[in-house]
Amino acid sequence: MVYSEKVMDHFANPRNVGEIENADGIGEVGNSKCGDIMKIYIKVDNDIISDVKFKTFGCGAAIATSSMATEMIKGKSISEALKLTNKAVMEALDGLPPVKVHCSVLAEQAIKAAVSDYYKRKGIDPEPIVGCIPECDDCACH
Amino acid sequence: MRNIYADNAATTAIAPAVLDKMMPYLTKVYGNPSSLYRTGGLAKEAVENARANIAKNLGAKYANEIYFTSGGSESDNWALKGVCHALKSQGKKHIITAKFEHHAVLHTCEALEKDGFEVTYLDVYENGIVKPEDVENAIRKDTAIVSVMYANNEIGTIQPIKEIGAICKKHNVLFHTDAVQAAGYIKINVVDDNIDLLSMTAHKIHGPKGCGLLYVRRGVKIDNLIYGGAQEKGKRAGTENVAGIVGFDAALQLAIDNMKERNTKLTKMRDRLIDGLLKIERSRLNGNREKRLPGNVNMCFEGIEGESLLLKLDMCGIAASSGSACTSGSLDPSHVLLAIGLPHEIAHGSLRLTFSDENTEDDIDYILEKVPEIVTYLRAMSPLWEEIKKKEAQQS
Repeated sequence: MVYSEKVMDHFANPRNVGEIENADGIGEVGNSKCGDIMKIYIKVDNDIISDVKFKTFGCGAAIATSSMATEMIKGKSISEALKLTNKAVMEALDGLPPVKVHCSVLAEQAIKAAVSDYYKRKGIDPEPIVGCIPECDDCACH
Repeated sequence: MRNIYADNAATTAIAPAVLDKMMPYLTKVYGNPSSLYRTGGLAKEAVENARANIAKNLGAKYANEIYFTSGGSESDNWALKGVCHALKSQGKKHIITAKFEHHAVLHTCEALEKDGFEVTYLDVYENGIVKPEDVENAIRKDTAIVSVMYANNEIGTIQPIKEIGAICKKHNVLFHTDAVQAAGYIKINVVDDNIDLLSMTAHKIHGPKGCGLLYVRRGVKIDNLIYGGAQEKGKRAGTENVAGIVGFDAALQLAIDNMKERNTKLTKMRDRLIDGLLKIERSRLNGNREKRLPGNVNMCFEGIEGESLLLKLDMCGIAASSGSACTSGSLDPSHVLLAIGLPHEIAHGSLRLTFSDENTEDDIDYILEKVPEIVTYLRAMSPLWEEIKKKEAQQS
Protein backbone atom coordinates (compact mmCIF):
# COMPACT_ATOMS: atom_id res chain seq x y z
CA MET A 1 0.00 0.00 0.00
CA VAL A 2 1.39 3.34 -0.98
CA TYR A 3 0.13 6.75 0.07
CA SER A 4 0.39 9.78 -2.18
CA GLU A 5 2.93 12.50 -1.37
CA LYS A 6 0.08 14.79 -0.29
CA VAL A 7 -1.22 12.18 2.18
CA MET A 8 2.27 11.73 3.58
CA ASP A 9 2.72 15.49 3.85
CA HIS A 10 -0.52 15.91 5.80
CA PHE A 11 0.33 12.90 7.95
CA ALA A 12 3.86 14.11 8.69
CA ASN A 13 2.85 17.76 9.19
CA PRO A 14 -0.80 17.72 10.12
CA ARG A 15 -2.51 21.12 10.01
CA ASN A 16 -4.92 22.28 12.72
CA VAL A 17 -4.07 19.67 15.35
CA GLY A 18 -5.38 20.39 18.81
CA GLU A 19 -8.47 21.57 20.64
CA ILE A 20 -10.41 24.83 20.80
CA GLU A 21 -11.11 25.68 24.40
CA ASN A 22 -14.39 27.50 23.90
CA ALA A 23 -15.48 25.70 20.78
CA ASP A 24 -18.91 26.48 19.38
CA GLY A 25 -19.31 22.93 18.13
CA ILE A 26 -17.55 19.60 18.69
CA GLY A 27 -18.12 16.52 16.56
CA GLU A 28 -16.76 13.08 17.30
CA VAL A 29 -17.22 10.09 15.00
CA GLY A 30 -15.85 6.57 14.74
CA ASN A 31 -15.00 4.26 17.59
CA SER A 32 -11.97 2.72 19.18
CA LYS A 33 -13.00 -0.80 18.27
CA CYS A 34 -12.74 0.02 14.57
CA GLY A 35 -9.46 1.79 15.14
CA ASP A 36 -10.52 5.30 14.08
CA ILE A 37 -11.86 8.21 16.12
CA MET A 38 -12.02 11.75 14.78
CA LYS A 39 -12.91 14.73 16.90
CA ILE A 40 -13.36 18.14 15.26
CA TYR A 41 -13.73 21.46 17.09
CA ILE A 42 -15.14 24.52 15.34
CA LYS A 43 -15.36 28.19 16.22
CA VAL A 44 -18.12 30.03 14.35
CA ASP A 45 -18.38 33.78 13.81
CA ASN A 46 -21.30 35.09 11.77
CA ASP A 47 -21.86 31.73 10.13
CA ILE A 48 -18.19 31.55 9.17
CA ILE A 49 -15.93 28.81 10.53
CA SER A 50 -13.26 31.10 11.88
CA ASP A 51 -11.21 28.34 13.47
CA VAL A 52 -11.09 24.58 13.36
CA LYS A 53 -8.97 21.99 15.14
CA PHE A 54 -8.90 18.22 15.26
CA LYS A 55 -7.75 15.27 17.29
CA THR A 56 -7.60 11.85 15.67
CA PHE A 57 -6.87 8.31 16.79
CA GLY A 58 -6.23 6.29 13.68
CA CYS A 59 -4.03 5.34 10.79
CA GLY A 60 -2.02 7.57 8.49
CA ALA A 61 -4.98 8.16 6.21
CA ALA A 62 -7.23 9.07 9.15
CA ILE A 63 -4.77 11.73 10.32
CA ALA A 64 -4.15 13.04 6.79
CA THR A 65 -7.87 13.29 5.94
CA SER A 66 -8.57 15.09 9.22
CA SER A 67 -5.83 17.55 8.43
CA MET A 68 -6.98 18.13 4.84
CA ALA A 69 -10.67 18.35 5.72
CA THR A 70 -10.04 20.96 8.41
CA GLU A 71 -7.94 22.98 5.95
CA MET A 72 -10.76 22.84 3.42
CA ILE A 73 -13.42 24.26 5.76
CA LYS A 74 -11.35 26.87 7.57
CA GLY A 75 -12.68 30.36 6.82
CA LYS A 76 -15.65 28.94 4.92
CA SER A 77 -19.32 29.47 5.69
CA ILE A 78 -21.20 26.69 7.43
CA SER A 79 -23.24 25.97 4.32
CA GLU A 80 -20.04 25.59 2.30
CA ALA A 81 -18.52 23.34 4.96
CA LEU A 82 -21.57 21.10 4.83
CA LYS A 83 -21.05 20.69 1.11
CA LEU A 84 -17.63 19.17 1.64
CA THR A 85 -17.73 15.57 0.47
CA ASN A 86 -15.38 12.73 1.24
CA LYS A 87 -14.65 12.61 -2.47
CA ALA A 88 -13.41 16.19 -2.46
CA VAL A 89 -11.14 15.42 0.49
CA MET A 90 -9.77 12.38 -1.32
CA GLU A 91 -9.17 14.36 -4.48
CA ALA A 92 -7.39 17.08 -2.56
CA LEU A 93 -5.09 14.38 -1.18
CA ASP A 94 -4.42 12.96 -4.67
CA GLY A 95 -6.39 9.86 -3.80
CA LEU A 96 -6.43 7.20 -1.10
CA PRO A 97 -5.92 3.43 -1.30
CA PRO A 98 -9.34 1.69 -1.59
CA VAL A 99 -9.19 0.27 1.96
CA LYS A 100 -8.75 3.81 3.29
CA VAL A 101 -11.75 5.45 1.65
CA HIS A 102 -13.69 5.10 4.91
CA CYS A 103 -11.24 7.51 6.55
CA SER A 104 -12.36 10.28 4.21
CA VAL A 105 -15.98 9.39 4.99
CA LEU A 106 -15.22 9.79 8.68
CA ALA A 107 -13.68 13.23 8.03
CA GLU A 108 -16.81 14.38 6.22
CA GLN A 109 -18.99 13.01 9.01
CA ALA A 110 -16.86 14.59 11.74
CA ILE A 111 -17.39 18.02 10.21
CA LYS A 112 -21.13 17.41 9.95
CA ALA A 113 -21.19 16.23 13.55
CA ALA A 114 -19.40 19.40 14.68
CA VAL A 115 -21.90 21.58 12.78
CA SER A 116 -24.80 19.59 14.25
CA ASP A 117 -23.42 20.18 17.71
CA TYR A 118 -23.12 23.90 16.93
CA TYR A 119 -26.81 24.06 15.95
CA LYS A 120 -27.88 21.99 18.96
CA ARG A 121 -26.10 24.38 21.29
CA LYS A 122 -28.06 27.20 19.66
CA GLY A 123 -31.31 25.31 20.21
CA ILE A 124 -31.78 24.59 16.52
CA ASP A 125 -32.70 21.09 15.34
CA PRO A 126 -29.71 20.21 13.11
CA GLU A 127 -31.27 17.35 11.24
CA PRO A 128 -33.10 19.33 8.52
CA ILE A 129 -29.89 21.27 7.83
CA VAL A 130 -27.13 18.73 8.34
CA GLY A 131 -29.00 15.51 7.70
CA CYS A 132 -28.51 12.23 9.49
CA ILE A 133 -25.00 11.16 10.49
CA PRO A 134 -24.75 7.39 10.44
CA GLU A 135 -23.43 5.66 13.52
CA CYS A 136 -20.18 3.78 13.19
CA ASP A 137 -22.10 0.63 14.14
CA ASP A 138 -23.02 0.59 10.48
CA CYS A 139 -19.47 -0.15 9.50
CA ALA A 140 -18.40 -3.69 8.86
CA CYS A 141 -16.46 -4.20 12.05
CA HIS A 142 -17.74 -6.16 14.96
CA MET B 1 19.36 9.04 8.35
CA ARG B 2 19.56 5.80 10.30
CA ASN B 3 18.38 2.69 8.55
CA ILE B 4 17.28 -0.05 10.95
CA TYR B 5 15.59 -3.18 9.72
CA ALA B 6 13.54 -4.58 12.59
CA ASP B 7 11.14 -6.78 10.65
CA ASN B 8 13.13 -9.99 10.37
CA ALA B 9 10.06 -12.12 11.08
CA ALA B 10 8.68 -10.83 7.77
CA THR B 11 11.80 -11.63 5.80
CA THR B 12 15.55 -11.31 6.03
CA ALA B 13 18.45 -10.23 3.88
CA ILE B 14 20.33 -13.04 2.14
CA ALA B 15 23.62 -13.61 3.96
CA PRO B 16 26.60 -12.90 1.67
CA ALA B 17 28.03 -16.39 2.32
CA VAL B 18 24.68 -17.90 1.28
CA LEU B 19 24.55 -15.85 -1.90
CA ASP B 20 28.11 -16.92 -2.76
CA LYS B 21 27.07 -20.55 -2.58
CA MET B 22 24.00 -19.89 -4.73
CA MET B 23 25.68 -17.91 -7.50
CA PRO B 24 27.25 -20.79 -9.46
CA TYR B 25 23.82 -22.41 -9.72
CA LEU B 26 22.36 -19.24 -11.21
CA THR B 27 25.16 -18.65 -13.67
CA LYS B 28 27.16 -21.78 -14.58
CA VAL B 29 25.42 -24.89 -13.31
CA TYR B 30 22.03 -23.96 -14.65
CA GLY B 31 21.10 -27.39 -15.95
CA ASN B 32 17.84 -29.08 -15.17
CA PRO B 33 18.47 -31.68 -12.46
CA SER B 34 16.28 -34.12 -14.37
CA SER B 35 18.56 -34.00 -17.44
CA LEU B 36 21.18 -36.57 -18.27
CA TYR B 37 24.07 -34.34 -19.31
CA ARG B 38 26.77 -33.09 -17.04
CA THR B 39 25.38 -29.73 -15.98
CA GLY B 40 22.09 -31.41 -15.14
CA GLY B 41 23.91 -34.04 -13.11
CA LEU B 42 25.81 -31.39 -11.18
CA ALA B 43 22.59 -29.59 -10.39
CA LYS B 44 21.01 -32.85 -9.24
CA GLU B 45 23.99 -33.54 -7.05
CA ALA B 46 23.73 -30.10 -5.46
CA VAL B 47 20.04 -30.64 -4.68
CA GLU B 48 20.67 -34.06 -3.16
CA ASN B 49 23.62 -32.84 -1.10
CA ALA B 50 21.44 -30.05 0.26
CA ARG B 51 18.63 -32.48 1.00
CA ALA B 52 20.96 -34.81 2.90
CA ASN B 53 22.52 -32.01 4.93
CA ILE B 54 19.16 -30.42 5.78
CA ALA B 55 17.82 -33.83 6.82
CA LYS B 56 20.81 -34.25 9.10
CA ASN B 57 20.33 -30.76 10.56
CA LEU B 58 16.68 -31.47 11.34
CA GLY B 59 17.41 -34.88 12.81
CA ALA B 60 15.47 -36.69 10.06
CA LYS B 61 16.29 -40.37 9.60
CA TYR B 62 16.26 -40.28 5.81
CA ALA B 63 17.24 -37.59 3.33
CA ASN B 64 14.23 -38.36 1.18
CA GLU B 65 11.87 -37.36 3.98
CA ILE B 66 12.70 -33.77 2.94
CA TYR B 67 10.59 -32.41 0.06
CA PHE B 68 11.45 -29.02 -1.37
CA THR B 69 8.58 -26.60 -2.00
CA SER B 70 8.13 -22.95 -2.91
CA GLY B 71 7.93 -21.83 0.73
CA GLY B 72 6.16 -22.02 4.04
CA SER B 73 2.66 -21.38 2.70
CA GLU B 74 2.88 -24.20 0.16
CA SER B 75 4.27 -26.55 2.79
CA ASP B 76 1.45 -25.76 5.21
CA ASN B 77 -1.18 -26.15 2.49
CA TRP B 78 0.31 -29.41 1.33
CA ALA B 79 0.70 -30.91 4.81
CA LEU B 80 -2.92 -30.33 5.73
CA LYS B 81 -4.64 -30.93 2.40
CA GLY B 82 -2.35 -33.83 1.50
CA VAL B 83 -2.84 -35.68 4.77
CA CYS B 84 -6.56 -34.97 5.09
CA HIS B 85 -7.34 -36.10 1.57
CA ALA B 86 -5.18 -39.21 1.96
CA LEU B 87 -6.93 -40.19 5.20
CA LYS B 88 -10.46 -39.27 4.18
CA SER B 89 -11.19 -42.78 2.91
CA GLN B 90 -10.32 -44.13 6.36
CA GLY B 91 -13.09 -42.04 7.86
CA LYS B 92 -10.77 -39.37 9.26
CA LYS B 93 -12.45 -35.99 9.03
CA HIS B 94 -11.25 -33.96 12.00
CA ILE B 95 -8.38 -31.46 12.31
CA ILE B 96 -7.01 -29.85 15.44
CA THR B 97 -5.16 -26.56 15.21
CA ALA B 98 -4.73 -23.37 17.24
CA LYS B 99 -6.40 -19.99 16.94
CA PHE B 100 -3.15 -18.12 16.41
CA GLU B 101 -1.74 -20.15 13.53
CA HIS B 102 -0.44 -18.48 10.40
CA HIS B 103 -3.12 -17.87 7.77
CA ALA B 104 -1.45 -20.49 5.58
CA VAL B 105 -2.74 -23.02 8.12
CA LEU B 106 -5.97 -21.30 9.17
CA HIS B 107 -7.21 -20.54 5.67
CA THR B 108 -6.31 -24.07 4.54
CA CYS B 109 -8.38 -25.38 7.45
CA GLU B 110 -11.27 -23.17 6.35
CA ALA B 111 -10.98 -24.58 2.84
CA LEU B 112 -11.01 -28.11 4.27
CA GLU B 113 -14.09 -27.25 6.33
CA LYS B 114 -15.83 -26.50 3.05
CA ASP B 115 -14.70 -29.94 1.92
CA GLY B 116 -16.50 -31.56 4.86
CA PHE B 117 -13.71 -31.65 7.46
CA GLU B 118 -14.33 -30.45 11.00
CA VAL B 119 -11.78 -28.25 12.72
CA THR B 120 -11.14 -27.63 16.42
CA TYR B 121 -9.36 -24.33 17.02
CA LEU B 122 -7.52 -24.51 20.34
CA ASP B 123 -7.22 -21.56 22.71
CA VAL B 124 -3.80 -20.06 23.20
CA TYR B 125 -4.60 -18.20 26.43
CA GLU B 126 -3.19 -14.87 27.51
CA ASN B 127 0.42 -16.07 27.31
CA GLY B 128 0.05 -17.26 23.71
CA ILE B 129 0.90 -20.89 24.44
CA VAL B 130 -1.14 -23.98 23.56
CA LYS B 131 -1.79 -26.38 26.43
CA PRO B 132 -0.85 -29.98 25.54
CA GLU B 133 -3.78 -31.28 27.61
CA ASP B 134 -6.14 -29.28 25.41
CA VAL B 135 -4.73 -31.14 22.41
CA GLU B 136 -5.30 -34.48 24.15
CA ASN B 137 -8.86 -33.53 25.09
CA ALA B 138 -9.64 -32.48 21.54
CA ILE B 139 -8.42 -35.68 19.89
CA ARG B 140 -11.23 -37.83 18.50
CA LYS B 141 -11.35 -41.19 16.80
CA ASP B 142 -11.69 -39.46 13.46
CA THR B 143 -8.90 -36.92 13.99
CA ALA B 144 -6.63 -36.93 10.96
CA ILE B 145 -4.01 -34.40 11.98
CA VAL B 146 -2.95 -31.93 14.65
CA SER B 147 -1.21 -28.77 13.45
CA VAL B 148 0.42 -26.46 16.00
CA MET B 149 3.16 -24.02 15.05
CA TYR B 150 6.61 -24.30 16.65
CA ALA B 151 6.79 -20.57 17.41
CA ASN B 152 4.29 -17.85 16.64
CA ASN B 153 5.16 -15.35 13.92
CA GLU B 154 3.67 -12.30 15.62
CA ILE B 155 4.30 -12.73 19.34
CA GLY B 156 7.20 -15.19 19.12
CA THR B 157 5.86 -17.60 21.74
CA ILE B 158 7.44 -21.04 21.65
CA GLN B 159 5.06 -23.98 21.88
CA PRO B 160 5.47 -27.25 23.80
CA ILE B 161 6.01 -29.15 20.55
CA LYS B 162 7.65 -32.25 22.02
CA GLU B 163 4.79 -32.75 24.49
CA ILE B 164 2.13 -32.19 21.85
CA GLY B 165 3.98 -34.57 19.54
CA ALA B 166 4.10 -37.23 22.26
CA ILE B 167 0.35 -36.93 22.79
CA CYS B 168 -0.30 -37.29 19.07
CA LYS B 169 1.98 -40.31 18.90
CA LYS B 170 0.20 -41.92 21.87
CA HIS B 171 -3.16 -41.49 20.16
CA ASN B 172 -1.84 -42.43 16.75
CA VAL B 173 -2.69 -39.05 15.21
CA LEU B 174 -0.36 -37.28 12.77
CA PHE B 175 1.35 -34.15 13.99
CA HIS B 176 2.33 -31.22 11.75
CA THR B 177 4.20 -28.14 12.91
CA ASP B 178 4.84 -24.90 11.06
CA ALA B 179 8.45 -24.20 12.08
CA VAL B 180 8.93 -21.24 9.75
CA GLN B 181 9.79 -18.85 12.59
CA ALA B 182 11.48 -21.35 14.88
CA ALA B 183 13.98 -22.74 12.40
CA GLY B 184 17.48 -21.47 13.01
CA TYR B 185 16.58 -20.19 16.48
CA ILE B 186 15.52 -23.40 18.19
CA LYS B 187 17.28 -26.74 17.92
CA ILE B 188 14.79 -28.88 16.04
CA ASN B 189 14.95 -32.64 15.97
CA VAL B 190 11.97 -34.14 14.20
CA VAL B 191 12.47 -37.56 15.80
CA ASP B 192 12.98 -36.37 19.38
CA ASP B 193 10.17 -33.82 18.99
CA ASN B 194 7.73 -36.49 17.73
CA ILE B 195 7.03 -34.54 14.55
CA ASP B 196 5.47 -36.26 11.52
CA LEU B 197 5.36 -33.24 9.20
CA LEU B 198 7.23 -29.94 9.44
CA SER B 199 7.12 -26.78 7.32
CA MET B 200 10.07 -24.45 6.88
CA THR B 201 11.19 -21.65 4.60
CA ALA B 202 14.58 -20.26 3.64
CA HIS B 203 13.91 -16.53 3.57
CA LYS B 204 13.37 -16.12 7.32
CA ILE B 205 16.89 -17.35 8.04
CA HIS B 206 18.91 -15.23 5.59
CA GLY B 207 18.23 -17.56 2.70
CA PRO B 208 16.45 -16.77 -0.58
CA LYS B 209 12.72 -16.24 -1.03
CA GLY B 210 10.73 -18.85 -2.94
CA CYS B 211 12.24 -21.93 -1.36
CA GLY B 212 10.75 -23.99 1.44
CA LEU B 213 10.44 -27.57 2.52
CA LEU B 214 8.08 -30.06 4.00
CA TYR B 215 9.48 -32.86 6.12
CA VAL B 216 7.26 -35.91 5.80
CA ARG B 217 8.18 -38.84 8.02
CA ARG B 218 8.56 -42.06 6.07
CA GLY B 219 5.30 -44.00 6.23
CA VAL B 220 3.03 -40.95 6.39
CA LYS B 221 0.38 -41.05 3.69
CA ILE B 222 0.10 -37.75 1.85
CA ASP B 223 -1.61 -36.86 -1.41
CA ASN B 224 0.02 -34.53 -3.91
CA LEU B 225 -0.74 -30.87 -3.93
CA ILE B 226 1.08 -30.31 -7.23
CA TYR B 227 1.01 -32.85 -10.01
CA GLY B 228 3.32 -33.05 -12.99
CA GLY B 229 6.82 -34.40 -13.38
CA ALA B 230 8.65 -36.96 -11.29
CA GLN B 231 10.56 -34.50 -9.13
CA GLU B 232 10.65 -35.07 -5.36
CA LYS B 233 9.81 -38.74 -5.81
CA GLY B 234 6.74 -37.75 -7.80
CA LYS B 235 5.21 -36.10 -4.74
CA ARG B 236 5.86 -32.49 -5.71
CA ALA B 237 6.21 -31.73 -9.37
CA GLY B 238 8.14 -28.80 -10.81
CA THR B 239 11.74 -28.20 -11.82
CA GLU B 240 13.78 -27.80 -8.67
CA ASN B 241 14.78 -24.31 -7.52
CA VAL B 242 18.40 -25.44 -7.50
CA ALA B 243 20.05 -22.20 -6.39
CA GLY B 244 17.28 -21.67 -3.83
CA ILE B 245 17.75 -25.15 -2.40
CA VAL B 246 21.52 -24.71 -2.19
CA GLY B 247 20.95 -21.34 -0.50
CA PHE B 248 18.40 -22.83 1.89
CA ASP B 249 20.86 -25.48 3.03
CA ALA B 250 23.66 -22.93 3.42
CA ALA B 251 21.39 -20.58 5.39
CA LEU B 252 20.18 -23.29 7.76
CA GLN B 253 23.74 -24.50 8.31
CA LEU B 254 24.87 -20.96 9.08
CA ALA B 255 21.96 -20.41 11.44
CA ILE B 256 22.63 -23.64 13.30
CA ASP B 257 26.38 -23.06 13.47
CA ASN B 258 26.09 -19.76 15.30
CA MET B 259 22.75 -20.36 17.04
CA LYS B 260 24.08 -20.22 20.57
CA GLU B 261 26.00 -16.93 20.37
CA ARG B 262 23.32 -15.32 18.25
CA ASN B 263 20.53 -16.31 20.62
CA THR B 264 22.49 -15.01 23.61
CA LYS B 265 23.10 -11.70 21.85
CA LEU B 266 19.52 -11.34 20.62
CA THR B 267 17.98 -12.30 23.97
CA LYS B 268 19.99 -9.59 25.69
CA MET B 269 18.93 -7.01 23.10
CA ARG B 270 15.32 -8.15 23.23
CA ASP B 271 15.10 -7.99 27.01
CA ARG B 272 16.66 -4.53 27.16
CA LEU B 273 14.21 -3.30 24.55
CA ILE B 274 11.21 -4.84 26.32
CA ASP B 275 12.25 -3.31 29.66
CA GLY B 276 12.76 0.07 28.01
CA LEU B 277 9.46 0.06 26.15
CA LEU B 278 7.53 -1.11 29.22
CA LYS B 279 8.52 2.18 30.86
CA ILE B 280 6.03 3.86 28.53
CA GLU B 281 2.81 4.22 30.48
CA ARG B 282 -0.06 1.95 29.50
CA SER B 283 2.14 -0.32 27.42
CA ARG B 284 2.20 -4.09 27.53
CA LEU B 285 4.22 -6.97 26.18
CA ASN B 286 2.19 -9.43 24.14
CA GLY B 287 2.89 -13.11 24.73
CA ASN B 288 4.93 -14.96 27.31
CA ARG B 289 8.21 -13.24 28.03
CA GLU B 290 10.45 -16.27 28.62
CA LYS B 291 9.12 -18.85 26.18
CA ARG B 292 9.76 -16.50 23.33
CA LEU B 293 11.93 -16.31 20.24
CA PRO B 294 15.14 -14.41 21.04
CA GLY B 295 14.53 -11.73 18.42
CA ASN B 296 10.83 -11.00 18.98
CA VAL B 297 9.34 -7.98 20.72
CA ASN B 298 5.59 -7.35 20.43
CA MET B 299 4.08 -4.49 22.39
CA CYS B 300 0.83 -2.58 22.62
CA PHE B 301 0.58 1.10 23.43
CA GLU B 302 -2.90 2.21 24.45
CA GLY B 303 -4.50 5.20 22.79
CA ILE B 304 -2.64 5.04 19.49
CA GLU B 305 -3.05 3.15 16.25
CA GLY B 306 -0.35 0.88 14.86
CA GLU B 307 -0.15 2.07 11.28
CA SER B 308 0.53 5.69 12.17
CA LEU B 309 3.20 4.45 14.57
CA LEU B 310 4.81 2.44 11.75
CA LEU B 311 4.72 5.40 9.35
CA LYS B 312 6.37 7.62 11.94
CA LEU B 313 9.00 4.97 12.64
CA ASP B 314 9.64 4.64 8.92
CA MET B 315 10.27 8.38 8.73
CA CYS B 316 12.96 7.84 11.39
CA GLY B 317 14.44 4.99 9.35
CA ILE B 318 13.03 2.12 11.42
CA ALA B 319 11.25 -0.69 9.54
CA ALA B 320 8.81 -2.58 11.79
CA SER B 321 5.34 -4.10 11.61
CA SER B 322 2.03 -4.02 13.43
CA GLY B 323 -1.03 -6.17 13.94
CA SER B 324 -3.37 -3.23 13.55
CA ALA B 325 -6.37 -3.58 11.27
CA CYS B 326 -5.01 -0.87 9.00
CA THR B 327 -1.90 -2.85 8.25
CA SER B 328 -3.75 -6.15 7.84
CA GLY B 329 -5.93 -4.77 5.06
CA SER B 330 -9.10 -5.68 6.93
CA LEU B 331 -11.15 -3.95 9.60
CA ASP B 332 -10.13 -6.40 12.29
CA PRO B 333 -6.80 -6.28 14.07
CA SER B 334 -4.48 -9.29 14.15
CA HIS B 335 -6.15 -12.63 14.89
CA VAL B 336 -3.15 -13.51 17.06
CA LEU B 337 -3.64 -10.51 19.34
CA LEU B 338 -7.38 -11.20 19.54
CA ALA B 339 -6.62 -14.88 20.30
CA ILE B 340 -4.57 -13.89 23.36
CA GLY B 341 -7.59 -11.92 24.55
CA LEU B 342 -6.69 -8.34 23.70
CA PRO B 343 -9.67 -6.05 23.11
CA HIS B 344 -9.83 -4.55 19.62
CA GLU B 345 -8.93 -1.03 20.70
CA ILE B 346 -5.69 -2.21 22.34
CA ALA B 347 -4.80 -4.65 19.56
CA HIS B 348 -4.97 -1.73 17.08
CA GLY B 349 -1.99 -0.15 18.85
CA SER B 350 0.49 -2.98 18.45
CA LEU B 351 4.09 -2.90 17.32
CA ARG B 352 6.23 -5.88 16.34
CA LEU B 353 10.00 -5.50 16.22
CA THR B 354 11.95 -8.58 15.14
CA PHE B 355 15.72 -8.78 15.07
CA SER B 356 18.43 -10.82 13.43
CA ASP B 357 22.17 -11.16 13.78
CA GLU B 358 22.58 -8.03 11.69
CA ASN B 359 21.02 -5.80 14.36
CA THR B 360 23.12 -4.13 17.02
CA GLU B 361 22.78 -2.68 20.52
CA ASP B 362 22.95 0.74 18.84
CA ASP B 363 19.75 -0.14 17.00
CA ILE B 364 18.08 -0.83 20.34
CA ASP B 365 19.29 2.53 21.70
CA TYR B 366 17.86 4.34 18.70
CA ILE B 367 14.52 2.50 18.87
CA LEU B 368 14.32 3.23 22.59
CA GLU B 369 14.85 6.89 21.79
CA LYS B 370 12.32 7.10 18.96
CA VAL B 371 9.38 4.92 20.04
CA PRO B 372 8.56 6.83 23.27
CA GLU B 373 8.78 10.15 21.36
CA ILE B 374 6.40 8.95 18.67
CA VAL B 375 3.97 7.38 21.14
CA THR B 376 3.84 10.66 23.08
CA TYR B 377 3.31 12.64 19.88
CA LEU B 378 0.49 10.40 18.63
CA ARG B 379 -1.16 10.28 22.03
CA ALA B 380 -1.18 14.07 22.17
CA MET B 381 -3.46 14.10 19.12
CA SER B 382 -5.54 11.07 20.11
CA PRO B 383 -9.07 11.58 21.43
CA LEU B 384 -8.94 7.99 22.70
CA TRP B 385 -5.92 8.78 24.86
CA GLU B 386 -7.71 11.90 26.12
CA GLU B 387 -10.61 9.68 27.17
CA ILE B 388 -8.30 7.16 28.88
CA LYS B 389 -6.65 9.95 30.86
CA LYS B 390 -10.02 11.44 31.81
CA LYS B 391 -11.20 8.08 33.15
CA GLU B 392 -7.93 7.69 35.01
CA ALA B 393 -8.43 11.10 36.68
CA GLN B 394 -12.00 10.23 37.67
CA GLN B 395 -10.89 6.99 39.26
CA SER B 396 -8.13 8.53 41.38
